[in-house]
Amino acid sequence: MSVMDQETSVTADGRTIGGVLMEMRNISLRFGGVKAITDISFDIREGEIRAIIGPNGAGKSSMLNVISGFYVPQEGEVWYKGAVRPRMRPFEVARQGIARTFQNIALFEGMSVLDNVMTGRLNHMTTGLLSQAIWKGKAEQEEIENREVAEKIIDFLEIQHIRKTPVSRLPYGLKKRVELARALVAQPSLLLLDEPMAGMNVEEKEDMSRFILDVNDEFGTTIALIEHDMGVVMDLSDRVVVMDYGKKIGDGTPDEVRNNQAVIDAYLGIAHD
Amino acid sequence: MGNPSQTVGGLESIPALLQRNAREFGSKDAYREKQFGIWQKWTWAETEKEVEALALGLINLGVNEGDFIAIIGRNRPHFYWSMVAAQSVGAIPVPLYQDSAAEEMAYVLEHCGARFAIVDDQEQVDKVIEVQERLHQFEHMIYVDPRGLRKYDHRALHEFAKVQEQGRAAYDEFIQELQDRREKLNFDDQCVMLYTSGTTGKPKGVILSNHNIIRSAQNASEFDHLGPGDEVLAYLPMAWVGDFIFSIGQAYWTGFCVNCPESPETMMIDLREIGPTYYFAPPRFFETQLTNVMIRMEDAGTLKRALFHHLMDFARSGAGEKYGMPKRSLARPDLKRRIKQAWKFSMGVGFAIEALLENAIRLFFVKLRHPVDTRDHFKAKDPLGLYLYPEPLRSYFKYRMGEVLIYGPLKNTLGLSRIRVGYTAGEAIGPEIFEFYRSLGINLKQLYGQTEASVFITVQPDGEVRADTVGVPAPEVEIKITDEGRIFYRSPGTFVAYYKNPESTADTKDSDGWVDTGDAGFFEEDTGHLRIIDRAKDVGKMANGAMFAPKFVENKLKFYPDILEAVLFGNGRDHCVAFINIDLTAVGNWAERNNIGYSSYQELAGHPRVLATIQEHVEAVNRSVAEDPMLSGCQIHRFVVLHKELDADDGEMTRTRKVRRAFVADKFNDIVEALYDGSETVSTVTEVTYEDGRKGTIKATLEIRDAKVVPVEPQKVAAE
Repeated sequence: MSVMDQETSVTADGRTIGGVLMEMRNISLRFGGVKAITDISFDIREGEIRAIIGPNGAGKSSMLNVISGFYVPQEGEVWYKGAVRPRMRPFEVARQGIARTFQNIALFEGMSVLDNVMTGRLNHMTTGLLSQAIWKGKAEQEEIENREVAEKIIDFLEIQHIRKTPVSRLPYGLKKRVELARALVAQPSLLLLDEPMAGMNVEEKEDMSRFILDVNDEFGTTIALIEHDMGVVMDLSDRVVVMDYGKKIGDGTPDEVRNNQAVIDAYLGIAHD
Repeated sequence: MGNPSQTVGGLESIPALLQRNAREFGSKDAYREKQFGIWQKWTWAETEKEVEALALGLINLGVNEGDFIAIIGRNRPHFYWSMVAAQSVGAIPVPLYQDSAAEEMAYVLEHCGARFAIVDDQEQVDKVIEVQERLHQFEHMIYVDPRGLRKYDHRALHEFAKVQEQGRAAYDEFIQELQDRREKLNFDDQCVMLYTSGTTGKPKGVILSNHNIIRSAQNASEFDHLGPGDEVLAYLPMAWVGDFIFSIGQAYWTGFCVNCPESPETMMIDLREIGPTYYFAPPRFFETQLTNVMIRMEDAGTLKRALFHHLMDFARSGAGEKYGMPKRSLARPDLKRRIKQAWKFSMGVGFAIEALLENAIRLFFVKLRHPVDTRDHFKAKDPLGLYLYPEPLRSYFKYRMGEVLIYGPLKNTLGLSRIRVGYTAGEAIGPEIFEFYRSLGINLKQLYGQTEASVFITVQPDGEVRADTVGVPAPEVEIKITDEGRIFYRSPGTFVAYYKNPESTADTKDSDGWVDTGDAGFFEEDTGHLRIIDRAKDVGKMANGAMFAPKFVENKLKFYPDILEAVLFGNGRDHCVAFINIDLTAVGNWAERNNIGYSSYQELAGHPRVLATIQEHVEAVNRSVAEDPMLSGCQIHRFVVLHKELDADDGEMTRTRKVRRAFVADKFNDIVEALYDGSETVSTVTEVTYEDGRKGTIKATLEIRDAKVVPVEPQKVAAE
């Protein structure tokens, strides 16, 4: 725990930011000859909202996939909770307390919202297939406990009215919320959000922003998110990493990043004369 | 009647009724609320404990007798407890509309000088904090839902559960004080203060005494034979007098159970799960439900649709009234009644199977010979093969069968299966809508009331229900109608006074206790039922002397599912013009089925085909208006379909969704002028307020349409 004992700070609105939860050290990722990520280092501290931004094709989603353990970088190390993380399969990552949502919604379309959310509790269930099928004793007890967790999250995200609705019948904004619910019921210590507000209208974006802030505030969940909408990112996050062409071009608080010349150039373009 | 306290056996306050209920129905459910997907419940005995803990907590916080306690939240047991706890300590609860903007709340909080507020969640806390500076008397706020409030300054902010906890801890210290205060309460004490929605001007605080509430609740409960086995779903705003009477007055008087929905969005699901036996909804609710049913039937298969229309036509032809109405019965039927119900049901099943089989075979052979459309078959007089039975057996069997096939499942879907008594009030309900529900066997009735009367002025007795009247005077209510047609009443529910407003009190209520309703109407001579024409203030004269009664025409327009709201202008003018709001659900669905694309309300409202449909409706209304000799002058010559929905957030409507006529006329002055000056289009800029209080503007160019009118000789209103 030595790494996590680092200094803790308190933000202006009273949230406590702890020590380093995850650290990327000199990460490089290649797909054949294509360099997706080149030598990137940054850290995510406990309790903060960390944003990764950048233009299209900057390597943001690749970065998130590295964090979630789906891609294994050719170079560099991922430190998580004070230790180098070995090569892992996705379910092992989930067991370590990392949950995520996807850019293209990845829900079970034919299942109800409640069933979808319950799948997020899978790692917390220990009874076997057989006892779950017979539905007696421990399996029943376990389902009740897990359902309670799921219902609390459903209440938190205000999706009670669609509890029994098949996901395929929901509008886009609600599907996103259901996906967030599924990630949250896993009670993750690190939550990864891949473009949580893509394709939403202003009202849906406001709702989603409020939920992200509330999640961070109420459960103390560390959040790393990728987002296109600069306004949203600047309002939400504590610190921002800016990527362009697979390289890190900026890192700091929203204000610092906003005034960073490299970032301005990347977003607005520069004259090549 | 003598001294009323004798008839209610010394139960002179709501807290006293609570004590009685805890004693007599201790283990019976008093409140249920769905939370985390499960119906949580509290018995009367538990309710008494909760209320007591809160009352002790309130004393601990320093609530004095005579204080006002504002209550702001959606329907939850906690707020009903808060009202009773406030009464127990001698304070007066003042429920507010929870969807009001901070500004509107500031007025009420300032006017009543509330020292305490019990609110729902962060949203309400924020609103009160926003205006707190101006409220010099305001001291403490108690919230129920702690989410997001952890970091707020808690010097004057308390969590509901913690206040109760402190109350329990201080039991020995304050219980004597609480008992003393509770026992002091009598019929003359103030029970609640409710603010009127304010169709005109600022809201007024109506003070209602324990006598008003308890006597009105008692009379109405006895009128409809309500008992402890009844169930209601509390979903209407708590600041509205109706909810206070139903969910507090009648619930405490009879001891029935009040169910609270999980969230406003889940209301329909919860309604279905609970299946209330006693129900109240404004006409708009029934309209929306009917529209939904019709839209879904359009998408159903041919056979289902044909069967639905055939059986609905049959039910509407009078069979529903005759065979469908629930008999006067207890909420929980006894064994005899259960057997009877089971027998009726199995008979229905039997006939349904028999008729459908026979019918299927017949249809099969008919189709073999010459292919017919199933729908045509159902248009035939007796497609269900019941011709062997003589009338009235045939109709009886057919209705039982319909109950199994269509009426029963439909009622179940609507959550209205168990209704014994349902009321609609507030506005006129369309005759077709009213008939639809009644023919399903739902005992839907109308009542006429207002805040100042503790709701009840007239009600329809079972068996004397019609769409165009509002019934006979409620028990113990006297009504007189002046020569000009203004309705006055006097009843045990007549309010005490308007708070801090003696002039208005004197204007409304005379020294003999007669109250002016502000409505115009008359008694039908043969039936003794009251008919309402319009608000007396809105009834005017047109330039040629003809009578102008806007509500009459607007209601006719609103009975079309496509039209949500209409506002008629014409007072002092030579002809009438109208604003119309389309109903987005109905018109949107129609557009979808007709492949009409639209991206916004504004675009759909301005679509030429929508305008054409609305024009047809307007012209149909004109023809119907022309038949009324007195009001034929109110035909609509020109109309415009508005680019935005009239909304309470913009002040165009009250929180109970009544149009503020003068405000609308003033705000859309440019459009009204364009309607009169003959121009074909009008460009306008309208300010809108978003839910969070920010403002924006909508620009629009609206097309003005001329409607055909039926020429009539204008009839002068006799001048006296």
